[in-house]
Amino acid sequence: MSFIIDYYNYWIVVFLMMAGFYIVISANNLVKKVVGLNIFQTSVFMMYISIGKVTNGSAPIVAEGITTYSNPLPHVLILTAIVVGVATTAVGLALIVRIKRAYGTVEENEFKDKDDLI
Amino acid sequence: MILETLSIIFLVLGAFFSITGAIGLFRFPDFFTRVHAASITDSIATLLIIIGLILRTDFGLIAVKLLFILIFLLLTSPTASHALAKSARHGGLLTMAETRDDKNKEAH
Amino acid sequence: MAVFIDLMLLGMLAITALRVIFLKDLFAVVMLFGIYSFLSALIFVNLDAVDVAFTEAAVGAGISTVLMLGTLALTGRKEKTNNHKSWLPLLVVVATGAALIYGTLDMPPFGDPNNPAQQHVAPRYIQDSPQEVGLPNMVTSVLASYRGFDTLGETAVVFAAAIGVFSLLGLPKRDRAAIESGLKSHLVLRVVAKLIIPLILLFALYVQFHGDYGPGGGFQAGVIAAAAIILYALVFGLPLATHVLQPSLLKVLAALGVLIYAGTGVVSLFLGGNFLDYNVLASDPIAGQHLGIIIIELGVGITVFAAMLAIFYAFAGQAERKNIP
Repeated sequence: MSFIIDYYNYWIVVFLMMAGFYIVISANNLVKKVVGLNIFQTSVFMMYISIGKVTNGSAPIVAEGITTYSNPLPHVLILTAIVVGVATTAVGLALIVRIKRAYGTVEENEFKDKDDLI
Repeated sequence: MILETLSIIFLVLGAFFSITGAIGLFRFPDFFTRVHAASITDSIATLLIIIGLILRTDFGLIAVKLLFILIFLLLTSPTASHALAKSARHGGLLTMAETRDDKNKEAH
Repeated sequence: MAVFIDLMLLGMLAITALRVIFLKDLFAVVMLFGIYSFLSALIFVNLDAVDVAFTEAAVGAGISTVLMLGTLALTGRKEKTNNHKSWLPLLVVVATGAALIYGTLDMPPFGDPNNPAQQHVAPRYIQDSPQEVGLPNMVTSVLASYRGFDTLGETAVVFAAAIGVFSLLGLPKRDRAAIESGLKSHLVLRVVAKLIIPLILLFALYVQFHGDYGPGGGFQAGVIAAAAIILYALVFGLPLATHVLQPSLLKVLAALGVLIYAGTGVVSLFLGGNFLDYNVLASDPIAGQHLGIIIIELGVGITVFAAMLAIFYAFAGQAERKNIP
């Protein structure tokens, strides 16, 4: 039982990661692929934050009467990664808009077929 | 002690309305009744829960912050429900009663 | 109790992710992704990462969803059924997942204080940062001071991404301000939006300058301020919004923020310290640290605000152009 309590967090994170990965490799629509990529990304964030958690710890803001704090370093890394993540997602979505304009479709198999015509 | 009991009553009531809202969202038959159910969670449930939480603080800065959150939610969530219902109306969605009337007309 | 809440939230997260896989309606997929982001923000709170939760709620659930909806408006909301083989991806995913789960067995248990990740630099940050930097919020101290160089790089990435979106989509022209668009018939929405947009901007300023003491900082404040203007653009129409905040101004602001950040580093070089060493900025090291952190957080806030808003303008301008024949 304690074995499950020790590891369940990582396992669910792996499950979410794989759900995102499955969407990326199986979806045909590029927007859905980006959603899958974001799910993958969020699960990686969760992995980092889980590693930084200390049992009975508290948020890393100094307050009276608190001695155990969780690790602030993963929080810093992930905080910046979230903002950078949305910025790069925006670039990906912009590319999708351009693909739609050039090929008239965002379905992967359809614009691959049209590639020979252009 | 009295505050504690009051706070528990408010929190339990809030939780009850949240659950009824969630059940309504799943069980109600059409869009407008569902929006009605969902807006219950937004308005009365959050109101009760936040009042319950305020009673548990020592009425300092945290209570004021909670009050701000409450005011903000009371402004925005009914607006969101209203905008949702109105957009559906503009999009041509009919209520259940109207759909029934339309069918009756066709039958005659 | 915390474990129970954690399990509930993670379970809801898993259900949401599964639903995203099987839905074909992309509008619903994007909405579910918003729910996914909010749920993960709740989990971050539960795991003591309040700053991260704040960012995830503002960025993941707010800006990402708006940008994805903007893309859907241009590309259509239905996913066509595909003729991919479905067993091959499933096989790859199951194999990879099994390998990763096998890998987690070698990891230290969840929440273990003797975890190697808790041993290396974290004790220094936790014990010494209140004296060395003088701020109660350790996340801000690490973000802006100890790892200031790293954050400079991240800010530059946000700036670069904004430039990438400009060059792909272009910014909307300003001169169409005469066209009144937006949600004209939604009177309630317009009144409430007018009421809360100033409040959101005020809250953004609070988050910006209170980030040293509580959760918050430049990244969150920039995104919240951008969200206020995005709300304005959604309710009152893009032409009016571009009239209030011109796209050319945003270009300048985005560059200005990075410049403020890097400039602080150069100033500290000239004052005899290392790059981004704030101790030399004032006579007293603690005062110097405080001054430096406020300035660079301001730089981060300006860049993130301008970049996020400019990205939104670029997408909204595309949609507007599509509507006008």
